[in-house]
Amino acid sequence: MATVTATPIPQVVAHDVEKPNRGWVDWITTTDHKKIGIMYLVLTFAFFGVGGVEALLIRLQLAVPDNTLLDFKTYNQLITMHGTTMVFLFVVPVMAGFGNYFVPLMIGARDMAFPKLNALSFWLLAAGGLVFYASIFFNPPECGWTCYVPLSSKDYLPNGGVDAWIFLVHLTGLGSLVGSINFYVTIANLRAPGMTWSRLPLFCWTILTYSVLLILALPAIAAAVTLLLTDRHFGTNFYDPSEGGSPLLWQHLFWFFGHPEVYIMVLPGFGIISEVLPVFARKPIFGYKAIAASTLTIAFLGLMVWAHHMFTTPSPSVVLVFFMVSSMLISIPTGIKIFSWIGTLWRGTIVFRTPLLFAVGFLGTFLIGGITGVFLAIYPVDWQLHDTYFVVAHFHYVLMGGAVFAVFSGLYYWYPKMSGRMMNEKQGQISFWLMLIGFHTTFLVQHSIGLDGMPRRIPEYADVGNLALYNMISTIGSFILGAGILVTAWNALRSLKHGAVAGPDPWKANTLEWFIPSPPPQNNFDAVPRVRSVEPMKDIRAEIERRNHESNPRSADASATA
Amino acid sequence: MTSAIALAIALTLVLAGPAHASFWAPQAGGSPNADRIHTLYAIIFAIGAIIFVAVEGALFYALWKFRMRPGAKAEQLHGNTRLEIGWTAGAAVIVLVIGIVTFAMLPGIRNPDNSDAAGWQVPASFQTAKDSSLLPPDGRSLNIDVNGQQYAWRFTYPDGDKDRQNNVQAYEEMVVPTGTTVTLDIRSSDVGHSWWIPKLGGKADALPGYTNHTWFKVPLGKEGVYTGNCAELCGRNHANMTARVRAVTPAQFDQWLARQKAAIAASGAGVQAYRAQQAKNDAAEAAASAGDERAEGAPQTPDASPSGAER
Repeated sequence: MATVTATPIPQVVAHDVEKPNRGWVDWITTTDHKKIGIMYLVLTFAFFGVGGVEALLIRLQLAVPDNTLLDFKTYNQLITMHGTTMVFLFVVPVMAGFGNYFVPLMIGARDMAFPKLNALSFWLLAAGGLVFYASIFFNPPECGWTCYVPLSSKDYLPNGGVDAWIFLVHLTGLGSLVGSINFYVTIANLRAPGMTWSRLPLFCWTILTYSVLLILALPAIAAAVTLLLTDRHFGTNFYDPSEGGSPLLWQHLFWFFGHPEVYIMVLPGFGIISEVLPVFARKPIFGYKAIAASTLTIAFLGLMVWAHHMFTTPSPSVVLVFFMVSSMLISIPTGIKIFSWIGTLWRGTIVFRTPLLFAVGFLGTFLIGGITGVFLAIYPVDWQLHDTYFVVAHFHYVLMGGAVFAVFSGLYYWYPKMSGRMMNEKQGQISFWLMLIGFHTTFLVQHSIGLDGMPRRIPEYADVGNLALYNMISTIGSFILGAGILVTAWNALRSLKHGAVAGPDPWKANTLEWFIPSPPPQNNFDAVPRVRSVEPMKDIRAEIERRNHESNPRSADASATA
Repeated sequence: MTSAIALAIALTLVLAGPAHASFWAPQAGGSPNADRIHTLYAIIFAIGAIIFVAVEGALFYALWKFRMRPGAKAEQLHGNTRLEIGWTAGAAVIVLVIGIVTFAMLPGIRNPDNSDAAGWQVPASFQTAKDSSLLPPDGRSLNIDVNGQQYAWRFTYPDGDKDRQNNVQAYEEMVVPTGTTVTLDIRSSDVGHSWWIPKLGGKADALPGYTNHTWFKVPLGKEGVYTGNCAELCGRNHANMTARVRAVTPAQFDQWLARQKAAIAASGAGVQAYRAQQAKNDAAEAAASAGDERAEGAPQTPDASPSGAER
């Protein structure tokens, strides 16, 4: 019984080193968080441009009373495309873009925790945008970005536009869910040595909160649109009252996602502001813990205010009262943030570069959106203001004047890190002033348009009250705003080649992304520095200065004798 | 700080004074609940203006005072616990004040007033079995059923009998008496709509499967036409879905109602006459055919009745 065991003979096989992908193949197959971040930013800013053109068309139609530029169907399609594009394809994913690029750099990681999932998030977003915009070749949805039932049911909008919208929500939603889990795991596990939770940069705190909110809120809308899909195509009746369904169910599910979505869009903007202000005031952030805690508080409260979008629906008083009180409470943590930011500027030495201008423009503008939010939280007052241009003005103050100004601040602040070159300062300032003036001209007067009795989402209005004058002012403002955005677009494209070379740390900033060259090398950090405070780069600069001092014996002698 | 408050008050007064009423505050003047919403809004506006001026003032002061200058040094402080607790408490107090004011004014906006003594006398038989909290304290109101449909509103008036066929109905224009509390039952028969006449108070959504409620009372002496738009996207013609309320004196309302009733009665009488004629014809036809059966084989005689003529 002799068994012969064949012993495998060890062999050395020399494989070729895999050739690095180049050009577009590299971009399509990359799992590098920086390249994915850039793709996010390019794609979302492209959608911002498309959404902006849609907005200008809307404003053109409303420039004069009884305008016939656009027909009613096209107008309804435009408002749906504009809202959906800005929410699902610009503001939410642009924050993921900045997060992708900068969260690993700020916490001293070499990539995201799951690089392949990260690529998947981006491609799901791109697929969602593609499916949605494919609808312009058949029939775009015309139910507004909220797609309320029964209007969005098969009886009233049988064509495929609403289905394209449903798939957009699903695809971008899946992408966001995957990305959020990735952000959470990355921040929880890959922080540099010494970076405790209380030394985590505030931008990372807001991206963490953004991720948690997305994970909690997205399932609600995923369920809502799935029910809508089966109602539309498979004979269910979740939203049909004549078969025992409820149109109010849609509104609850939609806003259970839709209101946290507001904070999903604006909290990372808060994070950018909290990074930019200390750098340009040359002073630590005022009340780090209060700002981080108020971020979490806003997120928590933001999960239970959704029905303040439904104050005019047939709902019991107790429901209205609960959501009024919870909505009013949010103004407290928001106030803490605004006060802390002003405290950061206080007794600093403020350097007026473009990132700071946009950050301050954010502060002054967002405050107005916050105050009008209190009006809308009080439900008897909301009965007059709901679904009018007052609401349109309010959420543009929060999302355009708030989140978008913060995004522009972040763009000017981080552009040198991403491209290795500075953006043009003069063009930046021109862009800022055009955008600020254009923004307020467009949207301040819209409060009065609403108070004068004009509802949202109407393609024409009669020449009553001051509506003609107010709307003309608003339209003129929107084109000034558009011009300001174009200046920044031009600036960003031109500076790629012609900008001044930035070096690793052009702003003398505080966080770890400025420790490495601009643009950062493939795996970010050769050595990850040990973190001793919220402002590791400040510590590192001080340390370098100390060592230079020591290694220079003459100056050491001079200081010794002095 | 005090100057900021003074400025805020001045600003509020300037805005409140000469400007068109709907420039800075919602429209009002057609109903007490709209007036109360306007008052509540004005209080919040004043508080908001003070906060606005104070915070923007602090911001601009900081930007100007602490701008980068040669020799200036930034103070490296990380926070100030007392200050932070202070402004948290301050914000909470403001929210509390706003909450108290709101809850004090809420019942007057939500709950219907009694009709004026000189208003239209609502017959007791007009009352529907309705939740008493949706009715004025005396339980008397003109309860109109408002039904939204793409792209018009239908108004159904009560008439005290159980037959819903003969109720007064109107499209486009709701005629109401002044000095009288009007309660609305708002429904929809297709998609979501929202009932809104700005001068008569807030919105109420019309959702299929639900009944929503609101009320208004046009004061005596404020007769006229009040207009509004549907305020919930309801399809392509959403902008053309207007709503109109014509407020007339109680006496005129009586006349209007009598005219409508007479018209309904007249058309009802017409229908009844037509039906009676038809019944007669049917009877004649039946009789004729019975005659045919009896006189089998006999030549047919031409029949004068319409049914006979059809043969």
